[in-house]
Amino acid sequence: MEMYDVLIVGAGPAGMAAAVRASQSGVRVGVVDDNPDLGGQIWRNEKLKPKSDESKIWFERIRSAEFDFIAGTRIVGQASENSLLGERDGEPIELGYHHLILATGARELFLPFPGWTLPNVMGAGGLQALVKSGLPIEGKTVVVAGSGPLLVAVAAFLKSRGAHVALIAEQAPLWRLGSFGLAVARDAVKRRQALALRAETKGIPYRTGTWPVEALGHEHLESIRLTNGRSTWQVVCDYLACGFGLVPNSELAGFLGSGIQTCDDSDPHPTKPVQARVVSVGESIGIGGLACALVEGEIAGLLASGQVDKARELIPKRTKDREFATVLAHSFALRDELKKLATPDTIVCRCEDVKYSALVNYSNFTSAKLQTRCGMGPCQAKVCGAATTFLFGWTDVSLRPPLGPVSLATLAKVQQPHPKVG
Amino acid sequence: MADRLVIRIDNQRVEVAAGTSVAAAILALGQRSTRRSVSGQPRGPLCGMGICYECRVTIDGLPHRLACQALSREGMEIITNGNV
Ligand SMILES: Cc1cc2nc3c(=O)[nH]c(=O)nc-3n(C[C@H](O)[C@H](O)[C@H](O)COP(=O)(O)OP(=O)(O)OC[C@H]3O[C@@H](n4cnc5c(N)ncnc54)[C@H](O)[C@@H]3O)c2cc1C
Ligand code: FES
Repeated sequence: MEMYDVLIVGAGPAGMAAAVRASQSGVRVGVVDDNPDLGGQIWRNEKLKPKSDESKIWFERIRSAEFDFIAGTRIVGQASENSLLGERDGEPIELGYHHLILATGARELFLPFPGWTLPNVMGAGGLQALVKSGLPIEGKTVVVAGSGPLLVAVAAFLKSRGAHVALIAEQAPLWRLGSFGLAVARDAVKRRQALALRAETKGIPYRTGTWPVEALGHEHLESIRLTNGRSTWQVVCDYLACGFGLVPNSELAGFLGSGIQTCDDSDPHPTKPVQARVVSVGESIGIGGLACALVEGEIAGLLASGQVDKARELIPKRTKDREFATVLAHSFALRDELKKLATPDTIVCRCEDVKYSALVNYSNFTSAKLQTRCGMGPCQAKVCGAATTFLFGWTDVSLRPPLGPVSLATLAKVQQPHPKVG
Repeated sequence: MADRLVIRIDNQRVEVAAGTSVAAAILALGQRSTRRSVSGQPRGPLCGMGICYECRVTIDGLPHRLACQALSREGMEIITNGNV
């Protein structure tokens, strides 16, 4: 088993920043990610061709940092008290650590509506990821829908690759976006990014208070019906890129024990970094955007390698960048109409094909799961869990290790968390 | 590494650029589904990032591989939709 002074799960901006800072002190650093390369969601496939100033700077820094990159490896749980269990190509891998940083990022929130299971209905970040990994999109018509700043970033990216983006449908009403606009305008970096995005999406209609109601097609998507609450219309398209915001990947942190963050958030203006053996940073503790992910990664990397004073200096910046999370949550809060999109026949759990009508009469996730198999498939409720939390208010969606289906060889090595006392 | 490589998707010879994921290669063929659901519906990639498991295919004889997380490799044999 390899042993690391600092082991980092996730090679997105937060994990990269942690690796850069920790390795500066000369300790042994390992970074593990289930993707083939560094970059996480936003900087996927940018190592050779960075698309922004930030990614250029951080890829330069990471190039001169010394660490092991354990690629294509998914962490599925703990192997022992001081080691994590991963899997690569069906083979178990054990990675030991003194300090652990969880920078597992977020996934998209998918909500069920009629036709959402048709091929070519994808996440917004989902379609972007596929195009970044080689899907040609030139000349294809795409409708981008759902909620959040990601929609605009995705539309800009798809347009730059030659797609015809018919429109961006943002479910939030215009009046709600005011505080978001203000927060962006006040921050020099965010303002610059927003202006660039506006230029890049020139000509693409941005419709607020607009959401998808039905995807139509036979074996695959052919068109999408949208509404603004007053009228409904249909748009013919090749792809629907649709995500309703992001959900933190907090499952691993849950296995290891809760309440693990870089800073003491019980204090409204935290001044003290928390020096724990295991910390969580970036989108995995709440959706706060790129700047927040980077500074939290830096703080965690510094702390884990004993550079406490340098970490302390970054706390005020981190406090400010975390505040953006509150603004995002408020501006892009999901409207109640989205709870009414699914019809009795709409599939909610895509792994087990469980319909809305089979779930609606349960009062919690646990009993629905036992009776209907909802959430029992290979995605382990990572899609339907967040959806049913939104639709039905179920709060008891929980997971047990391993994270995701694993081979028998890996399964034999998974340690179950100790039952919590009290 | 060669710029282009050859893989086989459902016994069809396909040339792709190095760095292309298996999911992207399947969709680029004009084929939109990767698997059939438990009730027989066609499904294709949803999340593109290893979360949803909709992109499961058989790669070199190993079933249930995630096409969105797998990079194409020279000579790879991919089977979609439970085809044989
Ligand atoms: C699909 C998607 C697309 C996005 N696109 C954009 C965009 O275009 N522009 C923008 O401004 N923001 C985008 N964002 C938001 C952006 O991700 C954040 O603002 C920020 O960059 C997050 O950084 P992070 O390091 O916290 O997480 P991420 O960048 O998400 O990195 C987390 C990494 O951890 C890996 N990981 C997670 N769990 C495990 C595990 N168990 N084992 C191994 N590896 C694991 C993930 O595969 C990922 O590589 C996107 C988010 C998502 C979910
Ligand atoms: S597309 Fe979701 S796991 Fe591959």
